[in-house]
Amino acid sequence: MLALRSVRAGYGSFQALFDVSLDVRAGEAVAVIGPNGAGKTTLMRVISGLIRPTAGSIAMEGTDLLATAGHRIVALGIAHVPESRRLFPRMTVEDNLRMGGFLPAARPKFRERLEFVFELFPRLRERRRQLAGTMSGGEQQMCAIGRALMSDPKLLLLDEPSAGLAPVIVEQVFELVKRIRAGGINVLIVEQNVQQVLRVVDRAYLLKAGSIRAAGTAAELLATETIREAYLGV
Amino acid sequence: MPILDVYLLEALINGVLLGGVLALISLGLNLVFGVIDVVWICYAELIMFGMYGMYFLYTVYHWPVLAAAVLCIGGIGALGVLLHVIVIAPLLGAAPINQLLATGGVLFFLQSAATVMFGIEFRNLGLRLPVLKAAGMFISYSRLLAFGAALIGMVAVYLFLRRTYTGTAIRAIAQDRQIMMLMGVDSRRIYVVTSAVGGALAGLASCLLVLLYDVHPFVGLTFGPITFLICVLGGLGNFVGGAVAAFVFAELISLGGLYLDLEWGYVFAFVFFIVMMFVRPEGLMARRS
Repeated sequence: MLALRSVRAGYGSFQALFDVSLDVRAGEAVAVIGPNGAGKTTLMRVISGLIRPTAGSIAMEGTDLLATAGHRIVALGIAHVPESRRLFPRMTVEDNLRMGGFLPAARPKFRERLEFVFELFPRLRERRRQLAGTMSGGEQQMCAIGRALMSDPKLLLLDEPSAGLAPVIVEQVFELVKRIRAGGINVLIVEQNVQQVLRVVDRAYLLKAGSIRAAGTAAELLATETIREAYLGV
Repeated sequence: MPILDVYLLEALINGVLLGGVLALISLGLNLVFGVIDVVWICYAELIMFGMYGMYFLYTVYHWPVLAAAVLCIGGIGALGVLLHVIVIAPLLGAAPINQLLATGGVLFFLQSAATVMFGIEFRNLGLRLPVLKAAGMFISYSRLLAFGAALIGMVAVYLFLRRTYTGTAIRAIAQDRQIMMLMGVDSRRIYVVTSAVGGALAGLASCLLVLLYDVHPFVGLTFGPITFLICVLGGLGNFVGGAVAAFVFAELISLGGLYLDLEWGYVFAFVFFIVMMFVRPEGLMARRS
């Protein structure tokens, strides 16, 4: 479904990604794990078009993303929940969700999608008239995920959804990833919370200093010596 | 002294009426700044062209006043789009000072163009609206009309911003520019729409101001500076703050004019502005971060 081949990207003279190749196949949830500054966020941004790679290719179901205008990538079914949520803080929850459903194709389905998101996050229904910036971190994360789901995506990109949240809420976020998957939406998730994320995905990649150092099923990676040492402390 | 109370009331009412028009004028400028992050220094000159449009269509070519107004609103809206596409869009990534200089250049261009095309005579619509007398007060119909139309214009913009997808995107883009792409929004298109709305608001303002003032190539100077002060006082890009600041300014001008001279009213308004810049540099309605 999503295929990255030898992608290089960076900011100015700083190169953040070195020949990264990665696949998300239909029906899969995939994680990218790795330390801070490994290039995980850059990877997400390259896929959703916020940054353009300097070399390599990215395709979504055969469509070349590099030949697609940034604002048209969502229409191909890729919804990105950016790092630190990036809600519109002085707009209501409902307006934030409305922005998520901005695509002309999503507008006629607004009510239906809104209902779907409210089913998933009953808390958002209670807070629909509240300004997004006044909610707790966990509620904001739900709103950010809800906003991305409004476009009826095939692939959801989640960038560190557990960052800055209390452990109980983190648990809920991962539970949610499972439910979203069960609803038939593919997930590509970037996380530092290695042990927990590996429990909800099928496969994972280890990204370190801008290149893929290991790849495999969640179980394989859990067994890998480097990961056990670096992240699990066992 | 009951007579003084009537004058006071009259000045207060005139202040409110002026405030509505000032609020409308500053809304257009504020909208463009909030969304595109560029100050249209030449905003008042767009209004000046609209006033000439009204003068020629209504007084010279005898169009019905409403048809003339509609064409002016549309025409200045188109001028706003033209300004964006030709001058602003190529400079979007440039330093703010370059953008200011460019729109400042457009200001002189429009003033000179008007001087060459229309001459420097003061012209007016020749439309004399009656004066309303009530309870010993004199309120001119042209001010009431301008106030009413300004209110309608502002409500229309409010509904557009609240009820439509494009309007929601316009509010959103002022809060987070970079991620609009993730929503599937083409920012360039939103900028063009915003420029059209900003221009149309200048066009509506021109239809109202031409009822109150004579038009000449430098008429922009009479309300241009005060428009900028209102926007800054309200907090640039803050629509509600701008409206509040417009009414505060209008009352200061109106009441200052009652107790001393009209010129003193402006002095009070500007002194108030300078003091407020020390007390609340972020604007009257600044958000605490």
